[in-house]
Amino acid sequence: MGTITLKNVRKAFGDAVIIPGASLEIGHGEFVVFVGPSGCGKSTLLRLIAGLEDLTSGDILIDGHNVSDVPPSKRGLSMVFQSYALYPHMSVRNNIAFGLKMAGMPKDEIDAKVVKAAATLNLTEYLDRKPRMLSGGQRQRVAIGRAIVRQPKGFLFDEPLSNLDAALRVNMRVEIMQLHQDLGATMVYVTHDQVEAMTMADRIVVLNRGVIEQVGSPLELYHKPQSIFVAGFIGSPKMNLVSGANAQAFKAHTMGVRPEHMAIVGTGGDWQGTILLTEHLGSDSFLHVDAGDAGRLTVRAPGDFGGKPGDAIALKLDPARIHRFDAAGKALR
Amino acid sequence: MARAVSPRRRLFFTALAWAIAFVIFFPILWTVLTSFKSEGDAIELPPKFLFFDWTLENYAVVQQRSDYLKFAMNSVYLALGSTLFALVLAIPAAWAMAFAPGKRTKDILMWMLSTKMMPPVGALIPLYLIFRDLGLLDSRGGIITVLMLLNLPIIIWMLYTYFKEIPGEILEASRMDGASIGKELLYVLAPMAVPGIASTVLLNVILAWNEAFWTLSLTTKDAAPLTQFIASYSSPEGLFWAKLSAASTMAIAPILVLGWFAQKQLVRGLTFGAVK
Repeated sequence: MGTITLKNVRKAFGDAVIIPGASLEIGHGEFVVFVGPSGCGKSTLLRLIAGLEDLTSGDILIDGHNVSDVPPSKRGLSMVFQSYALYPHMSVRNNIAFGLKMAGMPKDEIDAKVVKAAATLNLTEYLDRKPRMLSGGQRQRVAIGRAIVRQPKGFLFDEPLSNLDAALRVNMRVEIMQLHQDLGATMVYVTHDQVEAMTMADRIVVLNRGVIEQVGSPLELYHKPQSIFVAGFIGSPKMNLVSGANAQAFKAHTMGVRPEHMAIVGTGGDWQGTILLTEHLGSDSFLHVDAGDAGRLTVRAPGDFGGKPGDAIALKLDPARIHRFDAAGKALR
Repeated sequence: MARAVSPRRRLFFTALAWAIAFVIFFPILWTVLTSFKSEGDAIELPPKFLFFDWTLENYAVVQQRSDYLKFAMNSVYLALGSTLFALVLAIPAAWAMAFAPGKRTKDILMWMLSTKMMPPVGALIPLYLIFRDLGLLDSRGGIITVLMLLNLPIIIWMLYTYFKEIPGEILEASRMDGASIGKELLYVLAPMAVPGIASTVLLNVILAWNEAFWTLSLTTKDAAPLTQFIASYSSPEGLFWAKLSAASTMAIAPILVLGWFAQKQLVRGLTFGAVK
């Protein structure tokens, strides 16, 4: 089992309140991603779950047991760090075995488990190397090996892919998702990359200044953001946010429309403007449009869209796909 | 780009450096030379530099008159004992200050260093009386404790600087792996800090070996190290330069040899972290 419950978890460093009070239920086998801009408290929240930071108040329960005062070594969780945090003086074998040694497991049992974990992660031929002799991706695998070999109640990932190059990052993302499927274990994953969050998560927890803004499946967040913050954070490129008279027309303080939810029409439409820039990605083109009162918008067009900077353009909105927000930034439904 | 230096300038500065080094080294050289002279040659004016009758007589007399080995063993006990004892206290202290600093950590570090600024003689009388009342005078345990306390601030400072270089996440990883604090220190921190710990040990063995004020004040016979051995030859009823020199040479030889072999480690340790 591996359920994690946060009850009014609060963390302050002196006068600086990092997390004013967060409550969350993470089910067994769930892949939950904490996402938010840097400094939003997502890593702190993860470290609180790990026990690497002390709670200021509130409770953390793992499998129903209150672990608020239990040291990290006794919480039964594994963690993968951004810097990998491998033991530089130990071979890959000993890095993976360290946790089992600490648990006092018999040597032959440790050996068997290490060999098995190494085989799963394609590390067999590197078992006797030191971490400094490995590439970034291999180091990351060792860190994951070290985490899985202990068969923890849950895995904590602290931005594990941010030190890898783009191509490797996509590979490792798939590997971690595969691992989640194979192990069926609870995983909590912290990232600032909303693409990682969208692609990997069962549920996403969006954090802003230490406050949980919204919790939901990737598509829930995409289709029904509860605040301007979530609307702007989830989705790439960002949702266009328009206020003023254009928003008033929709009875909102601010209205939002995603680049992919505007149609380019010949004439008329809801908004007219001029193309400023075009970004061609092959499958799609993103147009940066100066739409007068509506401001600067991003619009998705087909990959073979022929418009050039300076061309006039008319945009039609799909009323079912616009988002309306009040003055406080909360969604109007 | 390296700065251009003319050959003549380079020659001048090289010669100057050698000259300064020679002046600094000269007293030790002179002591060693004197130890091979007869007492007559030793006080002759003008002094003979190399052309005298070389003799090992002083060493024979010194060895006959006092038990060099006993003093040397005491020096070894004091130097190693005080350093190891200090390490046992300093590693956890430096660990706490480097990885779990509190509001006052910097102040505590400064305060510890400030104790080194007090003249030791200020503490001599109280410490002597405490030693007398506890029966610690001339005991190895007593003098080891004093030497340990004497060097503890430096040891903690050095280790603190080394530990600061170690990423905290690695220690956190060991905690997640189920290591208790003791195991974290023993299996993760200490092996990673080996270069730093080694140079700390070396420096402090040397400092403790050379320490004279406390060892001369608090030991007489049983716990007396080589400093006492040298001092016993500067007797008030007339100096015997050659024998004193022989005793001094015998006292400094072991640490000189150690220093020579460890100089690479020492320099590396002392400049650790200065260049990344």
